[in-house]
Amino acid sequence: MELVLSLAIGVLTASGVYLVLRPRTFQVIVGLSLISYAVNLFIFSMGRLRIDAAPILDRANMDPAAYTDPVPQALVLTAIVIGFAMTALFLVVLLAARGFTGTDHVDGRD
Amino acid sequence: MPPSFLLVVIVALPFLFALVAAALPANARNAEAWLSGALTLGLLTLAIAFYPQITDGGVVRYEIEWLPSLGLNLIFRLDGFAWLFCVLITGIGFLVVLYTRYYMSPKDPVPRFFGFLLAFMGAMLGLVTAGNIIQLAVFWELTSLISFLLIGYWYHRSDARDGARMALIVTATGGLALFVGLMIIGHIVGSYDLDVILASGDLIRNHELYNVALILMLLGAMTKSAQFPFQFWLPHAMAAPTPVSAYLHSATMVKAGVFLLVRFWPVMSGTDGWFWIVTFAGLITLMIGAYAALFQRDLKGLLAYSTISHLGLITTLIGMGSPLALVAAIFHIANHATFKASLFMAAGIIDHETGTRDIRRLSGLYKFMPFTATLAMIASAAMAGVPLLNGFLSKEMFFTETAEFDPNAFVNLALPIGATIAGMFSVAYSIRFVHGVFFGPPPTALDRVPHEPPALMRRPIELLVLICLAVGIIPGITIGPYLAAAVVSVLGDETPYYSLSVWHGFNLPLIMSIVALIGGGVLYLAFYRYLNGERDGTPLLHRFRGQRIFEKVLVTVTWRWARALNGLFGTRRLQPQLLIIIALAVLVGALPLWNRIGSLVMPVTPFDPVFAFMWLVGGACALAAAYQAKFHRFAAMILLGGAGLVTCMTFVWFSAPDLALTQLVVEIATTVLILLGLRWLPQRLPTRESDATVLRDRLRRYRDMVVALAAGIGLATMSYLIMTRPALDGIASFFLENAYGLGGGTNVVNVMLVDFRAFDTFGEIAVLGVVALTVFSLLRRFRPARESIAKPQQQLVQNAFDSDQPDRNPGDTIAAYLLVPSQIMQWLFPVVITVAVYLFMRGHDLPGGGFVGGITMSIAFILQYMAGGTRWVEDRLRILPVIWIGSGLGIALLTGAGSWLFGFPFLTTYFQYADIPLIGRVPLATALLFDLGVFMLVVGSTVLILIALAHQSVRSPRAARGTRSAPPATAQASEGAR
Repeated sequence: MELVLSLAIGVLTASGVYLVLRPRTFQVIVGLSLISYAVNLFIFSMGRLRIDAAPILDRANMDPAAYTDPVPQALVLTAIVIGFAMTALFLVVLLAARGFTGTDHVDGRD
Repeated sequence: MPPSFLLVVIVALPFLFALVAAALPANARNAEAWLSGALTLGLLTLAIAFYPQITDGGVVRYEIEWLPSLGLNLIFRLDGFAWLFCVLITGIGFLVVLYTRYYMSPKDPVPRFFGFLLAFMGAMLGLVTAGNIIQLAVFWELTSLISFLLIGYWYHRSDARDGARMALIVTATGGLALFVGLMIIGHIVGSYDLDVILASGDLIRNHELYNVALILMLLGAMTKSAQFPFQFWLPHAMAAPTPVSAYLHSATMVKAGVFLLVRFWPVMSGTDGWFWIVTFAGLITLMIGAYAALFQRDLKGLLAYSTISHLGLITTLIGMGSPLALVAAIFHIANHATFKASLFMAAGIIDHETGTRDIRRLSGLYKFMPFTATLAMIASAAMAGVPLLNGFLSKEMFFTETAEFDPNAFVNLALPIGATIAGMFSVAYSIRFVHGVFFGPPPTALDRVPHEPPALMRRPIELLVLICLAVGIIPGITIGPYLAAAVVSVLGDETPYYSLSVWHGFNLPLIMSIVALIGGGVLYLAFYRYLNGERDGTPLLHRFRGQRIFEKVLVTVTWRWARALNGLFGTRRLQPQLLIIIALAVLVGALPLWNRIGSLVMPVTPFDPVFAFMWLVGGACALAAAYQAKFHRFAAMILLGGAGLVTCMTFVWFSAPDLALTQLVVEIATTVLILLGLRWLPQRLPTRESDATVLRDRLRRYRDMVVALAAGIGLATMSYLIMTRPALDGIASFFLENAYGLGGGTNVVNVMLVDFRAFDTFGEIAVLGVVALTVFSLLRRFRPARESIAKPQQQLVQNAFDSDQPDRNPGDTIAAYLLVPSQIMQWLFPVVITVAVYLFMRGHDLPGGGFVGGITMSIAFILQYMAGGTRWVEDRLRILPVIWIGSGLGIALLTGAGSWLFGFPFLTTYFQYADIPLIGRVPLATALLFDLGVFMLVVGSTVLILIALAHQSVRSPRAARGTRSAPPATAQASEGAR
C-alpha cells in the first residue's frame, strides 16, 4: 500500500508541476490544486499508514499505539481549507487579469 | 539611584526633548530656543559636574541589563576623553542653539530643525559615552542618519538633497564596515565591553584577524571624518543651514571619526598597518584640504576644505603612534572645535547680512561690521596658527612631532615637508578669508547694505573667540587640567611629559611655523590675481572629482546592476522563475538523500487491489487533467475533482475521517467556484503556429516534463522511504493521552485544532477572512474579458428556441431548466443546515467540527442560489457574509481573550459536561465557542467568495479599459444599464 500511495503522490506531483510550468493561467490553477493534493497526502503519510485506527478516543483504551497519529491530520485539515482559499484567490486574480490584459498568459502578454 | 545613572539621563534627555521640540507649533522660534537652550545648558552643567570623578583616569560606569545570557549589557561609560567630548558637544551645542534662534528665518519650520538638532546631540552623547561597542556602532549609525536629516533640512533644494544623500551613503556605508570591524574585535576579545577591550591590546594586535578588523574600523572612521579618499562628501554637506555646519563640522559629526581612532588608539595602534594607513591618509588629506581650501569662492566651501585639512592633521598625529602625538591630537580636537565653530557662525552672519557667501563679491565689510570682522579675524588667525592663539599651540606640537627623527628616510622627509607646505596653504586661505571679505573697497555687487547682526547672535562667537585667546595665552590654567584628564584616560601609564607653555625656545618647529606664516603670505600674493579672476575650480585637482566618481559608482550599482539583476530575476516572466524554483527545490531535496537511501524496505501494510485500482483511476484523472487543462477547462475541472475524490477516499481508508469529510465538502465548494469562474474565461481555440514555434514549444514541453518527472519521482521516493520506516516517538502520544484529560474531547484532531493549537487555527481563519475580503474587493471593480460579456452560447441558443416557438417567451427554457432537481434543492435547505449544525456540534468528540460544518452550511446557501437564481434567493434571504466573518473572528478572539480574565494565557480552554433534557449529555467547552467562531467565519468567507463571483452574472459588466474599445452599441447598452 505504501508503494501505491507514494506512486500516487508522485503522479499527482508530476502532473501538478508540469501544469504549473505551463503558460496559461487556468493550467496553473489546476496544477496548484494537484500539487496541494500531493502535498496534503505527503504530509498525511508522515504519520504512517494505519487502517481502522482513527484518532477518536475510546475511553476504555487509552493506549496511544491503538490510534493513528493525529498531528499530521490536524495540519492537513487546515491546509485543505487554506488550499480552497488559495484557489479562490488565484481564480479571481486570473479572471481580473484576463479582463485587464486581454490574454490568459501568466505574464499578462503573449 | 547611583549618581552614575545621570549618564543615562544625559543621553536620554536630548531624545525626549527632541520629541517635545518636534511637537511645538511651526512658528514657536522663541519657545524652541528656550527649550533647547535650557536643555543644553542643563546637560553641560551635568557634564561638568562629573569632572571630579573622571580626573586621574577615573571612569564612571552605569550598566543596564540587556541580554545577560549573552553577557551583553547596555553600558554608559564616562572617562576624561569622553568627558572632553561631552563638554564640547553640549557647550558648542548651547551656542549653536542660541545662534540658530537668530539665524533661522521665520519661514523655516523650526520644530523640525530643533527636533533633529537635539536628537543629533543625543546620538553624539550616546556615541561618546558608549561602554559597549555594539551600542557604539548603533549610536554611530544614528549620527549618520540624523545628520542626513539635518543636512537635507531645506529639502526643497536639490543641492541639499544630494549633499545629504551623499553624506548618508558614504558615512553609513563606513558605519556598516565599522560595525563588522567592531564585531570582529568583540569576537577576538570575547567581550563587547569597552573596558575589557581596552585592556586586551596585545591580544588584538597579535590576532590573525587584526588586519581585517583594522581596515574595517578605519573605513568607518575615515568616511566619518572625511579622510582621503572619502573627503568629497563634506563640501557637499555645506548645503545645510549654517548652524548645522557649525555644529556638525566643528565639534561633532566629523569628530566622531577621530574620536573613534583615539578611543581605540591604545589597542589598535603601533603596528605598521596602522602607521602607514592612518598617517598617510591623514597627511594627504591635510595637504589636499589646505590646497583646495585656498581656491574656494564660497566662504563655507573654504571652511569645509579647511575642516577636512584640520581633520587630516589630527589623523596624521593619531597615526604616528607616539604618545606625544596623541596628546597633540586630542588638544587639536578641542582647539579646532572652538575656532571652526566660530568661523562657521561668522560666515553665517556674513551670508545673513549680505545675502552672499561668494568671496569675490564680498569686500571691505570691516567698515560695516567691525565687531564681527574682528572676531572672524582672531578666529582665522587661530586657524592659521598665529602665536598667542590656541591653534598655534597644537600646530607647534604637530610640527614638533613631524620633525622627530624617523629611521625611514622617506617618512623623515615627507612628514615635516608635507606639514610645512600644508601650513603655508592654511595661512594663505586664512588670509584670503580675512582679506577677501573684510578689506578692500566697499562691496558693489550686494543688493542690501550690510550691518552688524543682533548682539545675541554674535555672543556665541565672542565666547568662542575668548576661549581661543585664553587657551592661546594661558594654556596651563585654562585647558591644562582638562586636557590632562582626557590624555590620562586614553594613555594611562604611558602618559608622557608634555609642556603647554607658549614659548619653547627657538627650535625647528618654530622655524617651520615662521616659514609657514611667511610662505602663506607669499602664496596668497602669488595667487591673488588668479583667485579674483573668473576661472573657477582648484588648479590641478579639478579633474579628480570624488563626487563624479561617487555618482558614477552610484549609477552603476543602483541603476545598471539593479536593472541587469531585475532583467535576470525580475517578475516579468513567471515561467522561468517557477522553473528555477522547482528545479532548485528538487536539487536541494535530492542532495541530502544522495547515496544515503540505504536498503529499500518492503511495504508494511498488505497490498489491496481495490486501493490500487482506486489510484489507477485517480492517477489517470490527474494526468488527463494535465493534458486537458489548456483547451478543455471544463473537462480538466471534472478530472481534477476525480483526483480530489480519490484523495478523499484515501483519507477514509487510512483512518482520517475528519480529513475525508473536509476534503469532500471543499471539493464541492471548489467545483462550484471554478464553474462560476469559467463563465468569465473565454473559450480557447487551437491556433495554427509556424513550424519553428511548434518545435520550440514541443522542446519546452519536454523540458518541463523532465522537471515534473524529477519532482514526482523525488517526492514519491521520499514518501516511500519515510512510510516504510517505523515512526519516531513524536508528540502524537502527548495529544492522544491528554486530549480527553486536558481538552475534554475524544476527537483528537478537533481538540488539537480548537484547543492545543488554537492560536494557529486563529491565524488560519484570519487568513481565510482576509482572502474572502480580497476576493470581494477585487470583484467589485471586476472588468471581464471583452469576449465573455455577451450571453453564453447556451443561453443564446435557448432564447432563440423560445423566440421561434409561438407559445413561449424568451427565458422560459432557462426558467424550466433542472426544474425537478431545483425543487429538491430548495427542500434540502433545512436538511443541509441541520447536517451542518450536527457536524459542528459533534465535532469535539466525533468527526466534524467548525471547518466542515461551516463549509457544509455555505453549501446550503449555494444550493439555493443554484436552484432559484441570485435574484430569487436575495429577495427572500438576506445573507450578510461580511457580518458572519466579523462575528466569527470576534467570537474566536473574545473566547481566547476571555481566559485572561481568569488569569490564564490566551486561548486556554475550560470544559464541563452538561445534561440537557431530550438531547442528553453534551460537552460544553469554551473550545466549542471558539469552534463556533471558526464555523461562522468559514460560512461567511465561503459564501462571500462564491456569491461575489456569482453576482458578476447579474451585473451588467463593462469591458476593461485599455484593451480594445468595445463596439459602440454594447458600450451604450451597458452604460444605460448602470
